[in-house]
Amino acid sequence: MKRVKRRYLALQVDSDGLPSQKDFMDAVWSAVAKLYGEYGASLTNLALIDYDVEKKTAVIRTSLATVDLVRTSLASITSVADREAAVHILAVSGTIKALRKKARL
Amino acid sequence: MRKTFADLHLRLNVKDHAKALQVITKAAALGYRLIAVPFPPETRRDEIAKLRAVCSEAKIDFASRIDLRPRTQNELIQQLRWLRRKFEVICVNCENKQVARQAAKDHRVDLLNFPSLYFRKRFFDRAEAGLASSSLAALEIDVKPLLVLEGPARIRFLSSLRREAAIAKEFHVPIVVSSGISEAKLLRSPREMAALTFLFGLDEASALKAVLQEPVAIVKRNREKLSAKFVAPGIRVIKEGKDC
Repeated sequence: MKRVKRRYLALQVDSDGLPSQKDFMDAVWSAVAKLYGEYGASLTNLALIDYDVEKKTAVIRTSLATVDLVRTSLASITSVADREAAVHILAVSGTIKALRKKARL
Repeated sequence: MRKTFADLHLRLNVKDHAKALQVITKAAALGYRLIAVPFPPETRRDEIAKLRAVCSEAKIDFASRIDLRPRTQNELIQQLRWLRRKFEVICVNCENKQVARQAAKDHRVDLLNFPSLYFRKRFFDRAEAGLASSSLAALEIDVKPLLVLEGPARIRFLSSLRREAAIAKEFHVPIVVSSGISEAKLLRSPREMAALTFLFGLDEASALKAVLQEPVAIVKRNREKLSAKFVAPGIRVIKEGKDC
């Protein structure tokens, strides 16, 4: 079986409050589902790797084929837990180690 | 060398200095090196200079812009005659077909913008693109409606944008992607703006061109035209004085 290539994305949540891990992932899934539907969302294989509530940073994983789809969805997020918010991509990489180096997490 | 990413449509309230500064600082932090802010036609030069100073503090280049909303072709021609030499970027909000056609063929117009909510008033069809391709006008797409609209309205908006982007590509009309926002929270980085353009069918190269090369080219061209040394396209004063 062919190995599925993955990409890791380092994210910065820009919001007034301190959204919880669940609130953040709900916002991401909701954005993907709104733009691409449940079928599209299922192709992304999204997973949360790390979330820092204090720094409001997150690392998520997706498959290489759907990086653009996830990028677009993240850019379309305007609220997290009913509060105005934006999610900015700090870095994208093929390994977590390189990602942390790039994004200085 | 750092890339000059540009956002030619930041709707700032110039009188609310604190908020304007917040948005400008945020734009600089997100990687923009050039922004354009629309002003009303009667704006005094010192008000523009004030905002230019704020931008230079934030280490971001600033271009003055005006959004024209004429009701007739003649009104558009009059406004262009009066305002072309006062602003660096001129955008025409086309609210009827006659104005849209005149704006597309006029060399003094830089950007063509269409109402995002009234889909019947989006006049960017093949005829419009044909006229725009022989002048210097570019199609401006604001991403704000993509962020704030939901459901059927966003679906219809995306469908219109996809059609217009395909027509623009066919007729080689430049596309400029701008934010059209007034709040810092809705501001997206240039690469995020490019990612949003995937929704209406732009590939990565065209998307980056729409936030990088096209807007910068418009401002550069107009600054050259507005400079005292400009005579005519391709002709400029190199040296003046007795020893020439």
